[in-house]
Amino acid sequence: MLAKRIIPCLDVHAGRVVKGVNFVNLRDAGNPVEIAKRYESEGADELVFLDITASHEGRDIMLDVVKHVAEECFMPFTVGGGIRTIEDVTRLVQAGAEKVSINTAAVLNPAIITETARRFGRCCTVVNIDPKRVHMNGREIWDVHIHGGRTPTGLEAVAWARRVEELGAGEIVLTCMDADGTQDGYDLEITRAVAEAVHIPVVASGGAGKPEHLADAVTLGKADAALVASIFHFGSYTIRETKQLMADRGIPMRL
Amino acid sequence: MIAIVDYGMGNLRSVQKSFERVGASAVIVSSAEEISRASKVILPGVGAFGDAMTNLQNRGLVRPLVEAIRAGRPFLGICLGLQLLFDVGYEDGEFTGLGLVPGRVVRFNFDGRPAARDLKIPHMGWNQVTWSDPCPLTTGIPSGSYFYFVHSYYVDPIDPAYTYGTCDYGDPFTAIIWRYNLFATQFHPEKSQKLGLQILENFANL
Repeated sequence: MLAKRIIPCLDVHAGRVVKGVNFVNLRDAGNPVEIAKRYESEGADELVFLDITASHEGRDIMLDVVKHVAEECFMPFTVGGGIRTIEDVTRLVQAGAEKVSINTAAVLNPAIITETARRFGRCCTVVNIDPKRVHMNGREIWDVHIHGGRTPTGLEAVAWARRVEELGAGEIVLTCMDADGTQDGYDLEITRAVAEAVHIPVVASGGAGKPEHLADAVTLGKADAALVASIFHFGSYTIRETKQLMADRGIPMRL
Repeated sequence: MIAIVDYGMGNLRSVQKSFERVGASAVIVSSAEEISRASKVILPGVGAFGDAMTNLQNRGLVRPLVEAIRAGRPFLGICLGLQLLFDVGYEDGEFTGLGLVPGRVVRFNFDGRPAARDLKIPHMGWNQVTWSDPCPLTTGIPSGSYFYFVHSYYVDPIDPAYTYGTCDYGDPFTAIIWRYNLFATQFHPEKSQKLGLQILENFANL
């Protein structure tokens, strides 16, 4: 049976993993390759590298990071953050990223989704969607935000998810902004609504604080995978024990 | 020499690095002549079936590939490199493949299948592959192990003798082909961590 995936997400700034990664016995705590290898040995199913550098110099450094990870880690990984053009996509794929994840550019220029799928395949084309619950004229809408969550677009999350599938996306990473950073659990309502609306895999993101939250995301939330940022970084939980807990609940996991 | 065939369908460094990791050396090649000189041939690839066949034809690689397989040299197809071995592929049209394995390459389709309603396409992630007999490619790997898949189309061989390993996604489908010197996997051994590397090491040791 296809296993549900656990996907650690690493923020990379100027070639270094930032945000409190705290593995014991790691020679260099910010080295993306070493961290990726550690996650590989702990049973991560995939990795996401998010480039949070704004500068052009940073982009070139990111390509170097991608190249090294691709050469040293024998597992799939996605690269996202700051992708604006098909040329950005091409460089990342050529450097060895299996999948690229597009967010702001997908809204501003939806053709980039189709073009990425045409050139590199649907399977390579991931779209990030960041909805936030917004109240408008007495009703709630799940408003898709871009520019790192700063700009509302007026697009409704479920409709936008259907649209990106039509345009050629092969996977959606759904970061629910109200839950993100809370560690109170994923937004199961939005996650489930999106997962049921599309035929492509949906990765739940934002809000994981403990292993039970991941289990909920793939059962109640109907997600195909769960993205996690901080819960493994701080060493409070390991990937292995999280997978075991999920397997004990009858969820198909690769142990 | 193990030759990894570069025909413009994806990054091949990870395949090459995987062989290095298991102590074998593999060379990325792009000419007919290099394929003819190789002792073993790897055909990887991601992307669309039709584009891949066009690239192989334009680069004059169809004949040397077919000859290498007919000459009995060990061959390993990976993902799209498995699908191309078949007669015909239906990805965005209808395209003739290499015709080395009788059968078709078709899209997953779960329409009208309530039990499979929640299955997503692409089939993306880690799934179990099972087999019943020993095979040099899977030496040291238990049947039922997980490998990394990412594909929307699967192969449907007419002759079941070609199917060695199967995977279940809605229905069982062929995940490993094995016939004499011809090996191919729908999953990505180079992305399947330790057990994937074992497959490549086994192939290098043939």
